[in-house]
Amino acid sequence: MAEQHPENWKAYRGGGTAIPDDLALEPGLQDGTERSQPAVREEICLDVRGISLFYGEKQALNDISLSIPRNRVTAFIGPSGCGKSTLLRCFNRMNDLIDDAIVTGEIRLNGLDIHDRSVDVAQLRRLVGMVFQRPNPFPKSIYDNVAYGLRLQRGMTRSEIDDRVEWGLRSAALWEEVSDRLKESALELSGGQQQRLVIARAIAVEPEVLLLDEPASSLDPISTLKIEELIHELKNDYTIVIVTHNMHQAARVSDYTAFLYLGELIEHDDTDTIFTNPSRQQTEDYITGRYG
Amino acid sequence: MNRHISGQYDSELESVRLGFMDMGGRVERQVQTATRAFVTHDAESAATVREGEEEINQLERVLDDRCIHIIARRQPTAGDLRLLITIMKGCIDLERIGDEAEKIARMASKISHLPLPSDQYADVQRMRELVIRMVANTLDAFARLDLESARSVISADGEVDRMFRNIDESLSQGLHMHADSVMQSLNTIWTARALERIGDHAKNICEHTVYLIEGTDVRHLDRGDGGTRE
Repeated sequence: MAEQHPENWKAYRGGGTAIPDDLALEPGLQDGTERSQPAVREEICLDVRGISLFYGEKQALNDISLSIPRNRVTAFIGPSGCGKSTLLRCFNRMNDLIDDAIVTGEIRLNGLDIHDRSVDVAQLRRLVGMVFQRPNPFPKSIYDNVAYGLRLQRGMTRSEIDDRVEWGLRSAALWEEVSDRLKESALELSGGQQQRLVIARAIAVEPEVLLLDEPASSLDPISTLKIEELIHELKNDYTIVIVTHNMHQAARVSDYTAFLYLGELIEHDDTDTIFTNPSRQQTEDYITGRYG
Repeated sequence: MNRHISGQYDSELESVRLGFMDMGGRVERQVQTATRAFVTHDAESAATVREGEEEINQLERVLDDRCIHIIARRQPTAGDLRLLITIMKGCIDLERIGDEAEKIARMASKISHLPLPSDQYADVQRMRELVIRMVANTLDAFARLDLESARSVISADGEVDRMFRNIDESLSQGLHMHADSVMQSLNTIWTARALERIGDHAKNICEHTVYLIEGTDVRHLDRGDGGTRE
């Protein structure tokens, strides 16, 4: 437990004149009125409007609209096949790689339409990094894995790349564990370390958004907690969207949660509301483990 | 409400829900018996209330323990979480209602040897009827998830407070003039005070029940009505 700062004790014991900020009621709770949608107050990073996606004849996403706030963690939850990973992959146009996938609607990153003809998809994927369920380090050294994306960028000197590799590994909370073996194969690392290495690789190129597709589902509980702690740290610098099957993980790490079912967005709200008082019965049934 | 995929989880939640209603039923009977013992000067009935108090305390411990285990094992969310929070908080109020009933029973024992007053405790009788109805409606509101019933109890608490103030003022003034009935008057005031507190606890449980039903926190929104609360 963190040590209490002595000067704060008076306030925490009720001797101060005002309730400390961290114990103050949210505005809506003071008068019992409904809270406004918190997302409205946030600066929006990704704005999704009327996105539908078809794999040939099959519709995987149906008219989805939601706003993803900057420097917050948004979790997508829902049963298998609900479209949460498909929606995630729309954000860096990964679905372009699937021959019969057709996307309609609009996604704006910082106000710019990512489907605009002028958009360089490679540049978009640098800005919107992605981490997959299974760690996928390249069969190269730890250093080369993180430096890989940097070397594709022109004009970086060796020393600049060195600095950025160290920064990426430190940001991914991996530096202390690998700083003395950067030239060893990344495949020698444990699963949890590999996943943090992949996150280091993604953030080394300084993206704005990190897409995490079930990043901890193949990891043991301790490695999972390290990834969750890392997500908490990284949201100071990045907008994070995470797909997870683990509802309690969504509850632990996210600020906002979107529940999808059969390709439709059923409910999107702040995570506290979704997990204590969801508006839709379908959401309640899913998160409480009931038959739909 | 649909059933959980885990039938065992359904059983665990149903068990604490029924346990809470069982505790509520016992507390309701304690209030009925204690107040009847007071207004009829029935020492024998008063003694049974004091015996029943330990069972209620025991139920509070058991329900708390079960709720803690469900939270630890199931990590409940949404309506399930609100149910457990309501039961854990409601248990505290039920147990305190039981304590107030015991206090009333103790006072009933103290005055049982005295003759009944000329007005047959008319004011206390009216207060007793309202409070017993509030407790019954509180348990109904929880059992049926009846928002209207919960809100009716919350608004009735102000009337109970007014009844207590009237009894307190009227008997306190009489204390100077009727020295021979001081003990009876004081016990009547204390009984009215206990009834007023039972009203407060019923109101608290109904506020938790509103939270259970619709997820809104309606506590401390009535500072203007002059009511007191625990």
